[in-house]
Amino acid sequence: MIGIIDYGMGNLFSVNNALNRLGAETVISGDPKVLASCDGLILPGVGAFPDAMAELRKQELDVFLKDYIISGKPLLGICLGMQLLFESSDEHGYSTGLGFLKGHIAKFPGIDRDGKLYKVPHMGWNKLQFQQEHPLLAGLEEDYVYFVHSYYAEVEQRSELLATAAYDVEVPGIVGLGNVMGMQFHPEKSGQMGKALLQNYIKLAEEKERLIQ
Amino acid sequence: MITKRIIPCLDVKEGRVVKGIQFLGLQDAGDPVELAQMYDDQGADELVFLDISASHEGRKTMVEVVKKAASVLSIPFTVGGGINTVDDMRTILRSGADKVSVNTAAVLRPKLIAEGAAYFGNQCIVLAIDAKYDPEFGGYRVYTHGGRKPTELDAVDWAKQAVALGAGEILLTSMDKDGEKSGFHLELTRAVSEAVTVPVIASGGAGNKEDFAPVFTEGKADAALAASIFHYKETSVQEVKSRLREQGVHVR
Repeated sequence: MIGIIDYGMGNLFSVNNALNRLGAETVISGDPKVLASCDGLILPGVGAFPDAMAELRKQELDVFLKDYIISGKPLLGICLGMQLLFESSDEHGYSTGLGFLKGHIAKFPGIDRDGKLYKVPHMGWNKLQFQQEHPLLAGLEEDYVYFVHSYYAEVEQRSELLATAAYDVEVPGIVGLGNVMGMQFHPEKSGQMGKALLQNYIKLAEEKERLIQ
Repeated sequence: MITKRIIPCLDVKEGRVVKGIQFLGLQDAGDPVELAQMYDDQGADELVFLDISASHEGRKTMVEVVKKAASVLSIPFTVGGGINTVDDMRTILRSGADKVSVNTAAVLRPKLIAEGAAYFGNQCIVLAIDAKYDPEFGGYRVYTHGGRKPTELDAVDWAKQAVALGAGEILLTSMDKDGEKSGFHLELTRAVSEAVTVPVIASGGAGNKEDFAPVFTEGKADAALAASIFHYKETSVQEVKSRLREQGVHVR
């Protein structure tokens, strides 16, 4: 059973649909008791970082998640959900995140080193470049996935970068530290590659493989 | 780097895909969900559904189409047409669409863009502009109500204003080119694309696979949208993309 964390932010429907199409049983819930019984969790999210953190705190899901990750069961943040795993963000002023991964969420400057303007959001299909081996990437080849975001993770530990995409900056596409993982793009909207990545996550959760930090 | 996107568009009326010529005269082109699935399989990068139903019933049918589309598609899709309020946006986004596009309602009340962006994020709000060259006006005049009503807005200025309000993308249709199949409007597309910091989807005029490369290279578009050439199988998304690859345009 994969739990999709419902905290009032984002398009839960699409993620849920994608998992169901892959044959996974899912539950959408904001109840810690229900979520604690799942084999793996997904933290989705569309919207602004501070609003999302405020909602998580209001439902005490931040506290729940801290306990949950100690269990060794996998947690996957998607898009804003991935950004929330980091320590802090600049979105709408400085604010703090869950802090499971070391790093800060910053806005694409929209202007490169030569003073040339580029488009923000980083929207569309970009190719993942694998940085290291990981169960999420098992059996996969580098391929295109669908990104849409104006902020990106400045990851402190290179060892936590699993896959990147080239834009003006090196965009962290997939991050991971033990059982805590994140995808900046939308796997549920990323065609075959997205399906394959979600399939690997489902496998990770169902095999109850413990990825202790 | 990010690829150039190919986006088939489905004009939906009362639950069926239709295609017209220069906003006049409609022909039935099939079931929206079936067509959408086919485009997903062909390698389309995104889809746009444009609801051109006039009736309340037609709009309700559209919500059902969106739900069905969301349950079968593995690529993002935008829904436009008849979205006048934040509540309309919420209904469509909750039904599984990734973005909503606004046109007439945003011209009448530009604040709608800001409200939508605040609730759902800039990336969910697409501003659709229908523009036509007007020498007396001294540029590209914006039209509303499906191309029927002229406004006093200049397309480039309106695009800039919309982005300042929070639009995350511009869907730019050249009314001069729409339905003509003589290629995209490169000059208009370039003027808007160079004026804004968000992606621009060029629309109107695709007649064959050769028309796509120029809109990316000369028109500076981030994405290109086409309807009839795909619906009537004059070409396919794969064919367009393999031709683009030969021409050195980066596609998925």
